[in-house]
Amino acid sequence: MTTKSQAVLNWIDERFPLTSSIKGHLTEYYAPKNFNFWYFFGSLALMVLVIQIVTGIFLVMHYKPDASLNAAGVPVAFASVEYIMRDVPGGWIIRYLHSTGASAFFIVVYLHMFRGLLYGSYRKPRELIWVFGTLIFLALMAEAFMGYLLPWGQMSYWGAQVIVNLFSAIPVIGPDLSLVIRGDYVVSDATLNRFFSFHVIAVPLVLIGLVAAHIIALHEVGSNNPDGIEIKKKKDSTGKPLDGIPFHPYYTVKDIVGVVVFLFVFSAVVFFAPEGGGYFLEFNNFIPADPLKTPPHIAPVWYFTPFYSILRAVTYPLFGLDAKFWGVVAMGASVVIIAFLPWLDRSPVKSIRYKGPIFKVVLTIFVICFFILGYLGVLPPTPGRTLVSQICSVLYFAFFLLMPWYSQLDKCKPEPERVNFK
Amino acid sequence: MKSRLMSFIKRAAAVALFAPVLAMAAGAELHLDKAPVSKDPAVLQHGAKLFVNYCLNCHGASYVRYNRLQDIGLTEQAIRDNLLFTAEKTGELMKIAMQRDEAKVWFGAAPPDLSVIARSRASEFGSGADWLYTYLRQFYRDPARPTGWNNVVFENVGMPHVLYELQGEQVAHVTQNADGTKHVELKLAKPGKLSAEEYDKTVADLVSFIVWMGEPVAEKRKSIGTIVLIFLAGLFVLSYALKKNYWKDIH
Repeated sequence: MTTKSQAVLNWIDERFPLTSSIKGHLTEYYAPKNFNFWYFFGSLALMVLVIQIVTGIFLVMHYKPDASLNAAGVPVAFASVEYIMRDVPGGWIIRYLHSTGASAFFIVVYLHMFRGLLYGSYRKPRELIWVFGTLIFLALMAEAFMGYLLPWGQMSYWGAQVIVNLFSAIPVIGPDLSLVIRGDYVVSDATLNRFFSFHVIAVPLVLIGLVAAHIIALHEVGSNNPDGIEIKKKKDSTGKPLDGIPFHPYYTVKDIVGVVVFLFVFSAVVFFAPEGGGYFLEFNNFIPADPLKTPPHIAPVWYFTPFYSILRAVTYPLFGLDAKFWGVVAMGASVVIIAFLPWLDRSPVKSIRYKGPIFKVVLTIFVICFFILGYLGVLPPTPGRTLVSQICSVLYFAFFLLMPWYSQLDKCKPEPERVNFK
Repeated sequence: MKSRLMSFIKRAAAVALFAPVLAMAAGAELHLDKAPVSKDPAVLQHGAKLFVNYCLNCHGASYVRYNRLQDIGLTEQAIRDNLLFTAEKTGELMKIAMQRDEAKVWFGAAPPDLSVIARSRASEFGSGADWLYTYLRQFYRDPARPTGWNNVVFENVGMPHVLYELQGEQVAHVTQNADGTKHVELKLAKPGKLSAEEYDKTVADLVSFIVWMGEPVAEKRKSIGTIVLIFLAGLFVLSYALKKNYWKDIH
């Protein structure tokens, strides 16, 4: 570095921790060298967040959150989306990136969370990282739910109607709460405007703050790895972990490969199947919202369906409160319970590599149940389906609530001293 | 204790594995014919002509501009000469003059905008094109309906059979299936200007145009997509080589 640029850098460093931040978070942040396939999804989630923010900025320039009808009898909001698709130069690609990005976000985040389950990334000392992560997931659900109203199609409208109505099941405050959320007695222009505001400003701010907290907490304690052992326990004479390598350049170049592979799959959807078979863009949502015409079957978008199934699985009233309320409680609990994992897992080891057969079987059941719940959530309920979703809901909660016992019973293998690499 | 827990877990796994079989149950069936959708400009131009003549009186296509039809090979002059009935300039949207509140009184419901109708009609039974192709060929005479027409795919539809002079008049023979569902068989009672094959071809052309109109950028999207994927494949080779090179000293 020339003396001049060094002088500039010094000038900045005396006023802002630039060099030390770059060192602390990149060039001297030591990550375990044995990351595998599952470790791509964190950086990918960050990239999808950036895609959503950048495409979102451009969509807001042309989208109009207005539920009134234009001269042709079409809601202005719905028509403005088609205006973006047809008349805004490159608008179609921005919109498809954003709509596909929503689904991609959840795919990536689900895989990222599953990685945590596999390798016990939530265990001490990473409890707060996990709690922040659960909050990110909650914020993401709110963000996706409110964003889905904006195209103002039939599914947007009736999906929002169904979900906001759920809040009215809460005793005492419920009816007023749902009124505050909607800003009206039915989903209307007032709802569209406040959801737009939340989707574009409020929730993204919360999301970015939480993501920052998630990463700061991670860099404070260091990353877990597929062996679930702490690399900081074995250090060389200079204090660097023996099994650690600087995040930059090693993981930046590795994550670039992950990004390119992800973008390949992502682009294949954006350019060749942007509707995602009716799951990413639902067919019914190409019909403008009509408050007088309820669709025969209202299904949430795929990424909410496992939790929606748990909601519908509760069919018994209890303590004088109707089943709908307990359904809402169960759905809320099914998300919140994830945050408690660090204190539910009593296994002597972190990683599935050294856990016993019980955990492997239980995790398999859990994943199967999650998929079944997701599948049932897109279908209209029948007595048979309700029974299956009840069984799966019980197994879903059993995975968490019985963990303190089965994790202790399990026959674990001894952890290695150093990480396995190649 | 441990083995009892394991056997419970295994039984639970078995229940979970077979649950999807239990979950499967059939809903109402809708039989749709496969639409022979074409991207041939001549077909799309014929479809555009049919659309403007037969549909664009009651239905608008209010997100589509007339000059977008240049994408299917029409010149601005050809659009102006042949297709501009209700508009002044080719840059205008394909709107209609009919008032929606009046239309509602006449038909029971205001006719929907058709810009994205092909995308909205897709379902587990077939594509939106399949639905439209079947729908436009399955009108039949029904004196019980105010318009005198009914439809197999869309029961008690408010729309009369606008293409009847081409297809002719069909009548329905309704029978009960063994499972209690209705089976409708259509017979041509009064032939129209076109033979059955010619009519099918005409409807296919119209449907092809409606599909094109649903997403005019579709073909361009795919061709750009191919370039994007080739670029990313190349980038993968480079990024992988870069990673390999950096990581060669990590043991």
